[in-house]
Formats: sequence, C-alpha cells, structure tokens
Amino acid sequence: MERLRRTMMFVPGNNPGMLRDACLYGADSLMFDLEDAVAISEKDAARFLVYNALKTIDYGDTEIVVRINALDNPFGRADIEAVVRAGVDVIRLPKTETKDDILAVEAVIEEVERKIGREVGSTKMMAAVESAIGVINAYSIATSSKRLIGIALGAEDYVTNLKTKRYADGMELMGARSQIVIAARAAGIYALDTVYSNVDNMEGFIREVELIKQLGFDGKSVINPKQIKPVHEIYSPTAQEIKKSLDICRASSEAKKQGLGVISLNGKMIDKPIIERAERLVQLAIAVGLYKEDIKNEK
Amino acid sequence: MKIIKEAIAGTLESSDIQIMLVSNKNAGIEIQLKSSVEKQFGKQIRKVITEVLKKMEIENVKLVAVDKGALDCTIKARVQCAVCRACGIKEQYDWEVIE
Repeated sequence: MERLRRTMMFVPGNNPGMLRDACLYGADSLMFDLEDAVAISEKDAARFLVYNALKTIDYGDTEIVVRINALDNPFGRADIEAVVRAGVDVIRLPKTETKDDILAVEAVIEEVERKIGREVGSTKMMAAVESAIGVINAYSIATSSKRLIGIALGAEDYVTNLKTKRYADGMELMGARSQIVIAARAAGIYALDTVYSNVDNMEGFIREVELIKQLGFDGKSVINPKQIKPVHEIYSPTAQEIKKSLDICRASSEAKKQGLGVISLNGKMIDKPIIERAERLVQLAIAVGLYKEDIKNEK
Repeated sequence: MKIIKEAIAGTLESSDIQIMLVSNKNAGIEIQLKSSVEKQFGKQIRKVITEVLKKMEIENVKLVAVDKGALDCTIKARVQCAVCRACGIKEQYDWEVIE
C-alpha cells in the first residue's frame, strides 16, 4: 500500500505551540504554512521557526509538507533553502498555474540539494491549483516532475478567480475537482481536496468529505484537529466491504491456481477491475489497521 | 555579523519567547531574562541564547528575553531571526553561520 494521505492538517508556520503539538492529533500529513497564514512582516520569523522545528521535533511517521511562498516574491527562494536544509519531506507550491512554475521551484530545490549534499530528488513536491488556468493545465502540471507526489485544489482563490463563491453543495467546484482527480490518476499521483473553512459545521464537512471520496480524491486538507477523525472514518472501509473484498481476492487467487480465466463468486462473474478494487480496499484496510493479514501472503 | 539597529522577534504568546536586542558596544553579551520557569530552565535558556549568538558571531549585545515556555528550537529560531533583523539581513542568509 502506498502512503496514506487522507488528511493534511494546515499549521500556521509562525505559531510555536501549534508546530510542537500538531502531530498529536493523528493527521497523515502536516502542512506548515509559510504563505497565506503568515503576515508579510513575519515571513522571516516563520521561516526560522519552521526550519528549527523540522530539525528538532520528532514528527514520527507523519509526513511533513511546507507550503512556501511563490518564487515571484522575495520570500520563496529563502523558504526553499531553509526547508530543504532542514530535511522537509515535501514542498508545496501555492497558486500553480503552469508546469514552468513547478520546474522553476524544482531548479532551486536541486541547487540546494547539491549544495548541502542531500540526495538529488529526495525533496518531494506537490502543487496547489488555485485558478482557472491552473485547472486547465492540471495534467501538464501533474506530469511536470518526478518529484511531484500530489496535486491539490485550493478552492478559495479558485472560486474568486471564477467570479463565484463557495456554496454549500459545492457545485461550483465540481469541474475543478473532476479535472484534478482525472489529471492525478492519469499522472499516477495523489489528488487532494481543498479545506472546509467552517469548522463548526460538521454536518456540511462530512457531506463534503463523502462527496470528494466519491469523486476519487485520496484525502482532504483540514484546518482543525476535530476535522481529522471524520475524514479517517469516511475513508475507512467497513467490515462488510473488507469481507466482500477478501472473498473476491481469495476467489481470484484460487482461480489463478486452477488456471481458470473466468472467475465466479456466489454466482456473479468477477472481472479485472473488480479484483483490482478489492485488492486496493484490502490494502487500505491493512494500512488503517482494520485487517492484519497481508493478502499477498495468501496468494 | 554586525548589529546595526535594534530588533525584536517572537511574541508573548504561550510557548513562544520574545527577543529584543541592541548593540552593546564593547561590553560583551548581556542577557536579561524574564520567565515564569526561570528557576528550573533559566540556565538552559541562557545557554541556548548564548550558543546562537556565538554561532552567529555576535560578541557585544544587550538582549532582553521574555519567555513564555518556549522549546529550545523556538528560542534558537527567535534569536536567529532577531539577530538577522538587527544586522539588516533580509533573505540572503549565510546558512553556514546559522547552522
């Protein structure tokens, strides 16, 4: 199973208490923000704080992402230098519009990696698409670099660019969400959904998580620890789904042993995509700790 | 590195530390610390501050620190930031000195 990225919790980069405690809540990834969450006058302070936190605090297996400032302002380059030196897992680019945005940041990352002797390519990247042109270029962005692990939607800027606003049903985001999932799947990287800003509206949040799961997203950005558990619950397979998938995997395994081309389970024909989905679900169940035995060992 | 102006970094929020510093001409490093945990951690806080100053080649400075329970990594970050601000360094850091 590849890495779980069901939740990516945003943490303001200039808040020492939050940087210290962020990993206690169980998010799959943490995103330390040097961009929108930090005032212009405090960009340097946040950069030093994140740099030292990354070098000192043990975040265990939690993936650490840092959202840097764009390269078209004075802060972006210094952000990259600091976080690559500190050993960050993933650098997130804000407001990505073309593949050239990715390539420009990649060039700076590589320069720093070479300078400090860090393995070239070991700093991963992810792109946040926050405009109409970014959505149109989603596939070219998603395939622009081997470092890219995912592509995310940043909805607030996107809806402003689209001359609309966010509505409860999320219809205004449907096109962008679909485009991003399709681009991510075609490129073989993760698709990550935008934040849900109203932390007090859990009903609306849960509805949105169910929708993005249905669309195919791997996970969602969250802004409050209380949003983590519902996402993980929605992304966890049910006992019934696990049982059904295990039955399919076993039937497939048995058919292979017997050299059978067509597989049947409880009178229903099972074909390749169904087996693939079942295997993925079992792997997910193992990854989230709901099933212990590795299905590969059963084959 | 040379201090050319007064500088401040950090906040008075919980888990943070506020560092104010100014050049001390040729009078060495002078640290004035205010912390609710001074009795238990005062020595360690002063040690971390002094180490960062020495690493950044600051030899004459008057520094006022108001600690609100900051971790060592936060203390380091705030001192590094205050020193860079005091030396008028923006973005073009010499990482070899800082690290």
